[in-house]
Amino acid sequence: MANPKPEELIRINHVPPKQAWMDTRPDFRPGMFCYASKAKSLEYVGMPNPRQWSVKDEDWHLPENWQEIFIEGLRERVDKYRSFRLFLDICVRCGACADKCHFYIGGGDPKNMPVLRAELLRSVYRKYCTTSGRIMGKIAGARELTIDVLKEIWYYAYQCTECRRCSLFCPYGIDTAEITILARELLNLLGLNIDWIAGPVANCYRTGNHLGLQPHTIKDSFDMFIDDLETITGIKVSPTFNRKGAEILVVIPSGSMFADPGTFTTMGELLLFHELGLDYTWSTFASEGGDFGFFTTNEMAKRLHSKIYAEAKRLKVKWILGGECGHMWRVWHQYHNTWFGPVDYLEEPVSPITGTRFENAKSNKTVHITEFTADLIKNGKLNLDPKRNDNLIVTYHDSCNTSRGMGLLEEPRFIINNVCNNFYEMPENTIREQTFCCGSGSGLNASENMEQRLRGGLPRANAVRHVHKKYGVNMLACICAIDRAVLPPLMDYWVPGVAVTGVHEMVGNALIMKGERKRTTNLRGEPLPGMEGEEDV
Amino acid sequence: MNLKDLLLEKKSSILKRWFDTIVASYPPDTSNFFKSNHNQFANPVGFTFSEVIHGLFEELLQGGDPERYFPYLNDIIKIKAVQDFSPSQSVSFLFLLKKVVREELRKELQRNQFQDELLSLESEIDALALLAFDIFMQCREKIYEIRTNEARNMMFRLLKRANLVCEIPDGNQGLGEETVLTQKIEG
Amino acid sequence: MGLLFSFFAVAILGVIAFVGVRSIHLHYFFGVIIPYLAFAVFIVGIAFRVLKWARVPVPFRIPTTAGQEKSFPWIKSSKIDNPFTSFGVIIRMALEVLVFRSLFRNTKMELRDGPQFTYGSTKWLWMAGLAFHWTFLVILTRHLRLFFEPVPFFVEILETLDGFFQVGAPVLYITDLIFLGAVTFLFLRRVIIPQVRYISLASDYFPLFLIGAIGTTGVLMRYFLKTDVVGIKELMMGLITFNPVIPAGIGTIFYIHLFLVSALFAYFPMSKLMHMAGVFMSPTRNLANNNRAALHANPWNYPVKAHTYEEYEEEFRDKMKSVGLPVEKE
Repeated sequence: MANPKPEELIRINHVPPKQAWMDTRPDFRPGMFCYASKAKSLEYVGMPNPRQWSVKDEDWHLPENWQEIFIEGLRERVDKYRSFRLFLDICVRCGACADKCHFYIGGGDPKNMPVLRAELLRSVYRKYCTTSGRIMGKIAGARELTIDVLKEIWYYAYQCTECRRCSLFCPYGIDTAEITILARELLNLLGLNIDWIAGPVANCYRTGNHLGLQPHTIKDSFDMFIDDLETITGIKVSPTFNRKGAEILVVIPSGSMFADPGTFTTMGELLLFHELGLDYTWSTFASEGGDFGFFTTNEMAKRLHSKIYAEAKRLKVKWILGGECGHMWRVWHQYHNTWFGPVDYLEEPVSPITGTRFENAKSNKTVHITEFTADLIKNGKLNLDPKRNDNLIVTYHDSCNTSRGMGLLEEPRFIINNVCNNFYEMPENTIREQTFCCGSGSGLNASENMEQRLRGGLPRANAVRHVHKKYGVNMLACICAIDRAVLPPLMDYWVPGVAVTGVHEMVGNALIMKGERKRTTNLRGEPLPGMEGEEDV
Repeated sequence: MNLKDLLLEKKSSILKRWFDTIVASYPPDTSNFFKSNHNQFANPVGFTFSEVIHGLFEELLQGGDPERYFPYLNDIIKIKAVQDFSPSQSVSFLFLLKKVVREELRKELQRNQFQDELLSLESEIDALALLAFDIFMQCREKIYEIRTNEARNMMFRLLKRANLVCEIPDGNQGLGEETVLTQKIEG
Repeated sequence: MGLLFSFFAVAILGVIAFVGVRSIHLHYFFGVIIPYLAFAVFIVGIAFRVLKWARVPVPFRIPTTAGQEKSFPWIKSSKIDNPFTSFGVIIRMALEVLVFRSLFRNTKMELRDGPQFTYGSTKWLWMAGLAFHWTFLVILTRHLRLFFEPVPFFVEILETLDGFFQVGAPVLYITDLIFLGAVTFLFLRRVIIPQVRYISLASDYFPLFLIGAIGTTGVLMRYFLKTDVVGIKELMMGLITFNPVIPAGIGTIFYIHLFLVSALFAYFPMSKLMHMAGVFMSPTRNLANNNRAALHANPWNYPVKAHTYEEYEEEFRDKMKSVGLPVEKE
């Protein structure tokens, strides 16, 4: 056999799709999908069809009548969600969204164009829910729900991070996140989840947080923070847990209690609350602000988050302060009030320090911590020394959920500008409402799909690299726990030399506290600028 | 006139052709996107490809230290290493340059006057390919390192808190033996 | 496949009308029955579709926020792109519907890069989209001349403006040119750009061909194959006064045009063209982003089984007590 020519070699894996997309079977590539959910995780929360299965297997061990279940589920949901039915009906395939998806930009798989990812399900909808599709079939863009089609929907529903960037550019506001959310809901009717989502969901249901941290472990984590903070500042902070009658319940993502660099953000928050003398409590039960249930079904999302208001009610607090987390705030901001409202057992949030009423949160009584802190700084309640962050040249990554599902853009920037002296924005089309996803959101931050994550994160990393080269940026700030977990490896690969921080870690560093000893290190235990070698003295 | 001048003269057509052959390895709708969008941030892949081949071509014309090729090759191979390409596919774009040059300069080369220079250019390209292969391996190793680091970072924390966390045990009866290693870190 | 299918479907529609009128002389059928039927299908169909959407609840308030939220008085909020009030929503929707603001968002950054023509560039999509929809509206409005006696003043003003350049006789309407150009662009774009070709279905080509054919027959009628306008007006007036007459001497081309328009009307409710009505109902655009300030009720919100604190304490009580965490039951 003759040796292949270079251009043949380069083409081997990429037979141009001469066939229509409907006829191309999904090709499950290692590194591009997450492992299948485990039976015990689904069983624990009573989700359908718990069993051992593997993505690579031919047989996914589906129930006999899986088609019926899926199609019935689809019909039910297009009658429950106007968004879903409308978005399945009115797309004109103009292609404006095509090149807005980070997975498509970084990887080039045509089925990652948002329009096509949605068409995968839309074609099934046409076949079973519209007259023209039923009669005209393929010519009307309809197709049978075969096992290959189901697998394809699965493969691409877990290649969407529900970041909503495409929805920003769609002339009709079609939101692929909404379609992915409901596609995943349908897949969950058949037990088609991934381990990285199903595991944390089960953990969260049982222990109140995704990591499965039990109450004494949480206490233990905080004890370590208290020790570290005493070493650094000479001040012993004394947080309380599950305390009745506190004014404010603080809820943060559990990742920030456990994994660096999120832990430093929590330490910063501890310092802030201590300095303010805030009457607040943590809860070991409401110990997770995030909600991986949101990545399975609407019902599961609600089941996991019931604990937040339940705990606020039990502890008789006045209002709830939420930490730095992305999807947590999409859920808190756009879903909580509808699920659990009216929340009349709590009070309209008022900052006890400044007296500011948080008018925009008067109904659901939850305040974002950057709103809280920005208000403090604006009212001059904090004594800050931004020079302590002079070793940092900072840029800021908007989390998809807080930017396109909430609009929290200026508050974090205001804080950053007050706690550090070197802040540079990334290019305009990659920040604020146009921000690029980290590539690992919506429960796709497993390790086995690293190639997928690195591809999806390329557009974001590319913009960071630009400011890294241009301004020497060495710190990427964010307000999302998944970001803090996944941006470090992303930077490690694409932009070595850039670390990741939460905004309140920088606040903790800059905060001048009453009675603190002269600080020589930051919260990470690294020497402060100008203090190198100080400790040896 | 020597080969270098000739290459310089034909630079833009050579680079255009080279670029086209590189993006032709993607599905046509995608290669069109890589080609047509010139924004550095909206289209990082296409932009990097075009930056890299310009850079490499310049360096090749100047000749010299292979180290100077490194940043360019690194940029492009990094991308290839996370996409669906085998090692050979990932470096093959360099060999395509030989073909592109020969095709672009067909007429001139027929006169046979640049044989030696062409030979040295081509062996330079071969050296580049070898370097690219090394870089590809480094990238893949890096990916695996990142993967294991993620697991190890978790382990480190967990060792400090051995047995203090629990996962849903098999069969739902009480806290099982299986505890720490598969715990998740996210928020 | 979709492309050829659509092309022939439209061609066949044309042939049907031609044969029906020219050979079988079904003037009444094509001039009266079909238009009535098509219009009925159009009205009933659209009402049916819109009601069907309207019946489906909007369980959650999920606007796509495209700017700063309203928080403090000292932070400037984006009142249109991230509306907090209904007024903001109305402006946002108006900009969306009238000038395709979201599509325009695409172009902002590229315009700054300097003018480089690329087929992929969405500023062309935005411009062609605007041109297409607006000229369509103008042309439709101009047709009102055939339905009213006397002709409404705004129709006459529109005609004067449209024929501003006074070229040719009858005067050339600029919108006719722009309209046909835009349809051609939208079609070519679908065929030439691989991404768009890959996602296109028959239901994308068919309306383009149909509308293109309607435009072409209209232009033929007005500028080249002169038809009896007085007769056409008589027919149209008859139709809307439910007193249909078929004047003699109207050319076949008119019946073809009318039949294609009827086909479009009848096809409209079952097609993607329903985006015209759908855009007003899109929950990511037509809701205010005031979720934390005002309760949005979900009609099918139902209680779910949750893990209670009591169950939690029951499981972990000893561990809680061992580290001094307060418990409800000792």
